[in-house]
Amino acid sequence: MFPRRLSVFILRQTLAAYFGGLGFYMTDALDQIFVTTKQFLVAFLAGLFPPAWQPLATLLISAVVMVAAIIGVFATLFAITTVLERKGLGRMQNRHGPNRVGIPFTQIRLAGFGQPAADGIKALIKEDVVPVAADKVVHFLAPVVMVVPVILAYAVLPVGRNMVALDLDAGVLFFFAVGGAVELAVFMAGWSSRNKYALLGAMRAIAQMISYEIPLILAAVPVIMIARSLSTTGIIAAQAGQAGFLPAWFVFTPWGFAGFVLFMIAATAESNRSPFDLPEGESELVAGYFTEYSGFKFALFFLAEYLGLFVISGLAITLFLGGWHAPFPWLAWLPSWFWFFVKLLGLIFVFIWLRGTLPRLRLDQLMNFAWKFLLPLTLINLLTVAVWHYLSASGWRWAVCVLMVIVPYVALGRGLWGHRRVRKRVYRYAE
Amino acid sequence: MTLSFALIALLTVVAALAAMLLRNLVHCALAMVVAFVGIAAAFLNLDAQFVGFAQILVYVGAVTILIVFAVLLTRGGLAPERSLFSTSWVWGGGVALAVFATLAWAIRQSVIRDRQPLPEPDVTVKQIGEALMTRFVLPLEVIGLLLTAALIGAVIIAMKEAPAGGKREKESADLEEPGNPPSVMPPPTPEGGLS
Amino acid sequence: MLGKGIIKGLAETARNFFGSFVSERRLTTVPYPDARQPLAENTRQFPFLVYDGDDWEQGLRCVACQICEKECPPQCIYIVKSKDKKPDYKGQMQFYPAVFDIDLAVCMSCQICVEVCPFESIKMDTEFELSTADRFGGLLFHKKQLAKPNAHYHRIHPTDAAASDAVLAAEKAKQEAKARAAAEAKAKAAAPAPVAPPPSAS
Repeated sequence: MFPRRLSVFILRQTLAAYFGGLGFYMTDALDQIFVTTKQFLVAFLAGLFPPAWQPLATLLISAVVMVAAIIGVFATLFAITTVLERKGLGRMQNRHGPNRVGIPFTQIRLAGFGQPAADGIKALIKEDVVPVAADKVVHFLAPVVMVVPVILAYAVLPVGRNMVALDLDAGVLFFFAVGGAVELAVFMAGWSSRNKYALLGAMRAIAQMISYEIPLILAAVPVIMIARSLSTTGIIAAQAGQAGFLPAWFVFTPWGFAGFVLFMIAATAESNRSPFDLPEGESELVAGYFTEYSGFKFALFFLAEYLGLFVISGLAITLFLGGWHAPFPWLAWLPSWFWFFVKLLGLIFVFIWLRGTLPRLRLDQLMNFAWKFLLPLTLINLLTVAVWHYLSASGWRWAVCVLMVIVPYVALGRGLWGHRRVRKRVYRYAE
Repeated sequence: MTLSFALIALLTVVAALAAMLLRNLVHCALAMVVAFVGIAAAFLNLDAQFVGFAQILVYVGAVTILIVFAVLLTRGGLAPERSLFSTSWVWGGGVALAVFATLAWAIRQSVIRDRQPLPEPDVTVKQIGEALMTRFVLPLEVIGLLLTAALIGAVIIAMKEAPAGGKREKESADLEEPGNPPSVMPPPTPEGGLS
Repeated sequence: MLGKGIIKGLAETARNFFGSFVSERRLTTVPYPDARQPLAENTRQFPFLVYDGDDWEQGLRCVACQICEKECPPQCIYIVKSKDKKPDYKGQMQFYPAVFDIDLAVCMSCQICVEVCPFESIKMDTEFELSTADRFGGLLFHKKQLAKPNAHYHRIHPTDAAASDAVLAAEKAKQEAKARAAAEAKAKAAAPAPVAPPPSAS
């Protein structure tokens, strides 16, 4: 039977992981396979240069290899996610999703996973329309400015053990700093199009992004306080090991759970996803700030949106979900990058799930939610983490911190929405 | 002076000049972004990661967006059709020259020039944080208080005045009620403020 | 408590998500070209012309009275009346359409032509796979494309077709009865001046 064979396999691998031996080296080799491949590749390519140039060449080739790997892997993930999202949304609405496009001129359908290739070819060969009144230079630069910071943010994202492109001392700060440039791109796109929908969409998007950036950063601060590090690898190292029967991830603490939920809400808004997709609300603004973009420039916006979603999910994993750590030590024989991508896919599913469930907010609801609900909660969470830090580890600490999370949540929820007299809505139809 | 510094300085100065000289306000703002990025690059060139990233976060991410928003909300991006040169230029140039001369003189006379360059300190973010929380905690708190006061002041200025009867203004959360009429949008002007 | 509605909604979508994999009955759509949902009986797309018998040209019920052409709101019907006549199902000599075109790109499927037709000759079809690469002529259907046998009508709209057949049969019976009566009257009163029966229009 399959499950039994699987359990035997897991047991054997677990034993191997514990007692060393060949199994240990195999899992370790598998874990570091991309790191060793990169080292081999860099050494091989740098060897082609004259010895005097080798240090510089090594540096450059290493950078190029890492950038190529990041763009390749995450662009592929983007292609897969577009199909998975449409399929998932379809399933939530009791439909089959897209399941047609396969290999052309054959009957092979690949369950619809040929769709991104078709979309990409279409975007490439589509006419690139630039409005006559548009500011040509800014209009051209906007998609580029949109994509570059998003890809830059991947530099500090550890996708596995020893797998981070740039281990910066101030990694989290770098992440938020380059994230700020996205707003600029949105403004450039909206303003240069000379289209009222684009401009309105851009203004909405910027207002929303600025408002939600504050809770986003404040929700990340408790993690930095506890981990005593701004570096992403440092934060992951602080989440190694077990706390009781649970892994020592920050999400399994009261403040960490609250922070994770707040972070995810703010991240949803920051990446302009439903239910916070007002900037591109197609029912009122055509397509928001990229109304006047077509062809490959539009594809770049689309790509940047999804890459931004992945990278912010990656940061949530790094900050709260233990990064690339396996949930249990007896599962540690699976490679670290595997765990990172499992968590990433899980979070992407959560985003799709939310999109399939919640309707779009109104602008005033959006702003009220950020400033009157998320912001106070994140500030209180800062206090909670301080209390957590200074109380000794005991049941008391848990009780106090859980109360400090739940009481403000309930109180704010009541205060904001409780006083409203909710009555049954009366619909009147034309006679 | 290294090559990287020369490039960064050139970029920053050209962008700053563009920010002054371009006719389109929004282009000026975008050129200023480039100048800010250049300054951040200069910080990074000196291995001052924290300051460099904070420069980008604060100036590119927040200040410029604020400026751009102000430009958008107040007027179109069209430049006034005026001559770039005016009589006040002479005065302005004179004042600028005087300030520059004073500064240059002061720097040339100061003891900094005689001092040997220090060995490059390896400053981590942790050290900056510790310094802010111990030695410079009072200035930090004072600045925090000042900014909070400014924030509250801005909120008070922006807040609508309550009606004389003391009745609290209806909050937007009440909009869910069926009888509440939607807020009236002002009719769009012919130009529409878009440009 | 705040957030209860969101949890409920998430549970609902999760139930749909997993349920759609488990039970095929949940799925509201079918993979179209491979599987088709049965059409409702009163489905209507675009008009077609009914003919009786095997020969579409001879059996065409249309007598080119041009009522539908006049009534058609978007004026998508174009008829040219023939010079000669051919016998209809009752054996009467009638005109027939030399040209009968319907521009399906213009037709709005209102069914008014069907309602005004006194000869049960134009009916609504259920065919909807009409896409064509020719923008101008591709959807301009001529008489030959529009003509479909009565059996087709029975297949797509059995009830309506039976009713339609009954009307025609009644007409025919009335015509035959009238002819018989006229013949009897003629036989009975052979001496008086014969009275020609007025030609019945329907």
